[in-house]
Amino acid sequence: MREITYIEAIREALTEELERDSKVFMLGEDIGTYGGAFGVSKGFVQKFGLDRIRNTPMSEAALVGVSAGCAIGGMRPIVEIMFMDFLTLCMDQLLNHAVKYHHVSNGQLKVPLVIRTAAGGGRGYGATHSQSLEPLLISIPGLKIVYPSTPYDAKGLLKASIRDNNIVIFIENKLLYATRGIVPEEEYLLPIGKAKVIQLGDDVTIITYSRYLQESIAAAKESNLSVEIVDLRSLAPLDMETISTSVKKTGKVIIIEEGCLTGGIGAEIASKVMENCFDYLDFPIQRVAAKDIPIPCSPTLEKATLPSKQDIVEALSKIKNR
Amino acid sequence: MALPLEEALELYRRMLRIRFFEKKMDFLFTHGQVHGTCHFSIGQEASAVGACAAIQEDDVVMSTHRGHGHALARGLPLNNLMAELMGRVDGFCSGRGGTQHVMSWKHHFIANGITGGTAVTGTGIALAFALKKEPRVVLSFSGDGAINEGHYHETLNLAAVWKLPIIFLCENNLYAMSTHTKESMVLQDISKRVESYGMKSITIDGNDIEMVKETVSSAVQNARTGLGPVFIECKTYRFSGHSKNDLFLYRTREEEAQWLKKDPIEKYEKIIKERYGESNETFKRIHQEVEQELDAAAIFAQNSPFPPEASLLDHCWCSEGGLP
Repeated sequence: MREITYIEAIREALTEELERDSKVFMLGEDIGTYGGAFGVSKGFVQKFGLDRIRNTPMSEAALVGVSAGCAIGGMRPIVEIMFMDFLTLCMDQLLNHAVKYHHVSNGQLKVPLVIRTAAGGGRGYGATHSQSLEPLLISIPGLKIVYPSTPYDAKGLLKASIRDNNIVIFIENKLLYATRGIVPEEEYLLPIGKAKVIQLGDDVTIITYSRYLQESIAAAKESNLSVEIVDLRSLAPLDMETISTSVKKTGKVIIIEEGCLTGGIGAEIASKVMENCFDYLDFPIQRVAAKDIPIPCSPTLEKATLPSKQDIVEALSKIKNR
Repeated sequence: MALPLEEALELYRRMLRIRFFEKKMDFLFTHGQVHGTCHFSIGQEASAVGACAAIQEDDVVMSTHRGHGHALARGLPLNNLMAELMGRVDGFCSGRGGTQHVMSWKHHFIANGITGGTAVTGTGIALAFALKKEPRVVLSFSGDGAINEGHYHETLNLAAVWKLPIIFLCENNLYAMSTHTKESMVLQDISKRVESYGMKSITIDGNDIEMVKETVSSAVQNARTGLGPVFIECKTYRFSGHSKNDLFLYRTREEEAQWLKKDPIEKYEKIIKERYGESNETFKRIHQEVEQELDAAAIFAQNSPFPPEASLLDHCWCSEGGLP
C-alpha cells in the first residue's frame, strides 16, 4: 500500500470530488495561483479554472455567507478559511444564517457546505494564528465538525463531507500536513460521526483527536498500562456509543485536546461520560489540555502552553500509582 | 408612458393589502394572538410592491426583520403568512420562523432577522445563478441600518467585483430602530457610500411606487444581462414604531406629520383618480375586498393548529444525500 502525506490526501479528496461533480467548487483567500496559504490547492487553477477555484477578497464573513447562499442556490461550495482563528470573523454568517436556514425553513432550504480551516499551534504563529477553537463550534446545533488525525481519515472524511447535505466544518491540523500514512489508491468514503478505536486496552481509555493521537500512542507506549485509545475523528455528531463502550470496560478516562481546558471538548465529554457511565467510573476523569492563556509566540512559552506527551504520561502515571 | 389602469389598481391593491395586513397583525398582537414581536412596515409599502412588481417568478427575494410587506408584495399567500406569524402548522415554516424568519422557497423568498445578513446569502444565490448560467436575479431588501454593518460592505464589494446578478434595495426610513441617520453617517445619501464600490448606485423617492418599479426594472435588466449589481436607495418613512414596544421618543410629531403628507398609498390613490378619472367607489370596493380577505386569513390562521411537539426534532439535520 502506498504512503502519502496528510496534505496530499486532502488534495486528492478535493481533486476527485471536483472532477466527479461540476457543482463542487472552491473559494477562499489566496487559493488561486498562490495555491492556498498551506499549499493545499497547488495547481488547482490550471486544472479547474478560475471559476471553480475562486480567489476572494479578505472578507471572511462574506465568504461563509456567500457560500451558504450559493449552496441554497444549488451549488456545493467548499470554502477555505485560512486560519481557524479567522472563523470568528464569520460567526454571524455561520451561526445566525448558514446553520439556521435548513431547520428554521422546516427543511425547505438545503445548505450543502464544507468549511475547511487550518488549526492548532506549535509553529510559533502566536496568539491569533494558533488557536484550537472547536469548543466554540460544538455548541452550535446543526453543524457537523470533522477533525481527522491521519491521511487515511482526512481523505475519506473530506470526500464524505463534500457529499453531505449539511454544513461541515472540516478542521486540518497544521502540524499534521507533512505527516505520512497509508492511503489506498481506490476510492473510499468514511462515515462522519464515527469514532475509531486505535488500540485496545483494559486499564484506561484515552479519548483524543487530531494531533494528540500520535502523542497519546507514544505516551501509552511509555507507560506499563494497557491503554485503549479512541480517536474521535468527528466532534459533532459525537460518537458517545464508542466512548461509552470503552469507558464501561476500563472505568478510567483521560481526555486530551489541544485547545484551552476551560469549556473545552474534554469538559463536554466528561459531562456526557458522567451521565452515561457514572456507575462504571473508578477514578476521577482527567483532562489534558492547553493552559487557559493566549498562546505565546516564543518557543519555550508556546511549548509550555500547549499540552505535551509528558502531560499525558503524567496523567497515566496518576492512574497507575493509585 | 402611463401604466394601464388595471395594473395601476393592482399595485394600489397590493400596497393596501400590506397596510391592512400590518394593522390586522397589530390588532391580533394586542389581543394576545401573536407570540413574539412584530416589525411593521406601514408607510413603506411602495418600495416593497414597486420592486417586487419588476421581477419574475423564478427570481429570488431576500428580506429582513421588517419583511411582511416584502412577503406580500412577492405574492406569498395571506393565509399561510398569517399562520406563520402566529406560529401555526400552516405557516411556510410550520411556525418555526415567525415574523422575522419567513421562508418560502416555493416563492423564492427568504427573510432572516440579522441586519444586512440576508444580503450576504442573496449574493451567494446570485453567484449560484451566475455559475449555472441561469438568467435569474436576486432582489435583496435591507434597511438603512444595514449600511453600517461590516458584512454588508463585504458583500457589496464582492458582488461588484464578481458582477453578480443582484439588486440591493435599501429602504432608508431614516431610523435604525431609534437612531437617526444623522447620528450614524456623514453622507445622508447612502447611495453615495455604495458608489465607491464601483456599481451603479442611485437614490430615489421610495414613496413613489411607479418610480420604484421603473428603477428596479432597469436595474434588473442590468443584472440579468451580466452588467452586475445595482444599489437603489429608496427614501421612505416608517409610520409605525420600530417594533411593538416603541414609544416614539426619538422623533417629533412635526416630522411625522410632514411624512404623513407623503403617504405612498394616498398619493397613488390621488394619481389614479386624476390620471384615469377613477371614482371613490372603486377605492371603496378595493378596501372592502382587502378587508374581507384579511378577515378570512385571520380565521384561517386562528383555526390552524400549533405544530405538534413530536415534530420538534424534525430537520435538525438534512438527511437527504450524503453517504450512499
